[in-house]
Amino acid sequence: MIYAKDINERTPWQELTPGGEIYEPGTARLFNTGTWRTNTPVFHEAACKHCMLCVPFCPDNAIPVQDGKRLDFDFMHCKGCGICENVCPFQAITMVSGGAPNE
Amino acid sequence: MSDRLSGNEAVAYALKQINPDVMGAFPITPSTEIPEYFAQYVADGEVNTEYVTVESEHSSMSVCIAAQAAGARAVCATSSAGLALMYELLYIAASCRLPVTLACVNRALSGPININNDHSDSMGARDTGWIQIYAENNQEAYDNFLMAMPIGETPSVRLPVMTCMDGFITSHAVENIELLETEVVRKFIGEYNPENYLLKKENPLAVGPYDVSPYYMEHKVLEAEAMKAAKARILEVATEFEKISGRRYGLFEEYRMEDAELALVLIGSTAGTAKAAVDKLREDGVKAGLIKIRVFRPFPGEELARALANTKAVAVMDKSEGFSANGGPLFAETRSALYDLKERPYLIDIVYGLGGRDVKTEDIEKVFGRLANIAATGEIGPVYTHMGQRSKEENA
Repeated sequence: MIYAKDINERTPWQELTPGGEIYEPGTARLFNTGTWRTNTPVFHEAACKHCMLCVPFCPDNAIPVQDGKRLDFDFMHCKGCGICENVCPFQAITMVSGGAPNE
Repeated sequence: MSDRLSGNEAVAYALKQINPDVMGAFPITPSTEIPEYFAQYVADGEVNTEYVTVESEHSSMSVCIAAQAAGARAVCATSSAGLALMYELLYIAASCRLPVTLACVNRALSGPININNDHSDSMGARDTGWIQIYAENNQEAYDNFLMAMPIGETPSVRLPVMTCMDGFITSHAVENIELLETEVVRKFIGEYNPENYLLKKENPLAVGPYDVSPYYMEHKVLEAEAMKAAKARILEVATEFEKISGRRYGLFEEYRMEDAELALVLIGSTAGTAKAAVDKLREDGVKAGLIKIRVFRPFPGEELARALANTKAVAVMDKSEGFSANGGPLFAETRSALYDLKERPYLIDIVYGLGGRDVKTEDIEKVFGRLANIAATGEIGPVYTHMGQRSKEENA
């Protein structure tokens, strides 16, 4: 059996599955789509009132929430679209250019 | 056992003997009788097939794809515009590596609309990744359908198979036929046991995921290798089939080719007419022969080149136009196959029989007359011509 974790963009054709079949569930976890990001949101925690408006607007479910408070972005899934910055009433999110997450 | 059946009855009877899990059923002339006869078997409880009546051929092939992915053996039948409506799904079935079996009853594609035979429907689908096997008569239509599943379902192949027969000429004409016993057929076909399928609970399966460019080409190479592997498997299955039937099949049939100098290459029911013409010419001392292509996909290029290596002049007869302005599809394949020969025969292409235009032994004899003239003079004349159409000009 060929598992998703064992194949990548350097795998020769002989070691791929016929028709690209996938033999296990939940393989999206193995792929960091955050590398597609060209702009990056910066979270200013001090300004955030945890109104949670940004959370449902995020098209990639990249704003984790814990105990009623939003956490920093999930950069494995954030594509940097900037919708969160646009909907934030408190300027708690600003966009910077480039794909590198906030240091 | 001996019987008298039409080509459609023969395929429906093969289906009854196979007892497939699922049929995606939609009617279109001249293939309609296949799902029609089979519906009777279903209604009479002679098979336990899930008979799914759908609203189009796009859906009948979709049913087959889904059923086959689920782990079932799926079949359907169609013709002409029906096959054209399946076009996208034909690629899906092949690229998902789902060995669906389809009986294609060859009929001309529009337009102008026409219900009679030529090969424009299946030739239009020749590059979809389906194995294509063509029958000359009812017996071959029956035999080819029985061999389809053992070929397509082999793990090294895993490709869908289209068995083709000529609409009306083969599908509706009743001929004597030798049928196998049902238990012999069931033993020959065996159970369908794919390694992975949607209903296998041990490991969930995803079929047909989006393929980004870093993977697509590799998957296409896998598919191409499967088509190459199919050639050996087709011959293996033919050998096994000979043991139960006594009937021998190859990638193509060579008829009186041993010492032939003039030869035809063609597909389907015209072979019967051409064999009669070859016999007549042989009586007159003409070294005439015939190659009837049985397997068009995978194309037996090397084998065909060897079979034609000692001929002087060859006419490829295409029963579909192709509109390449450079000859029909069988001509393109044949000419390409012959390129690797050191000494090649003269080669011409004759497009004939479109939309049910009849071809007689005299027509075939005229083609051989043209070949004799080419072989004698070395003057090939026009390479790509049509035959059988009314014209102001005299032509072959």
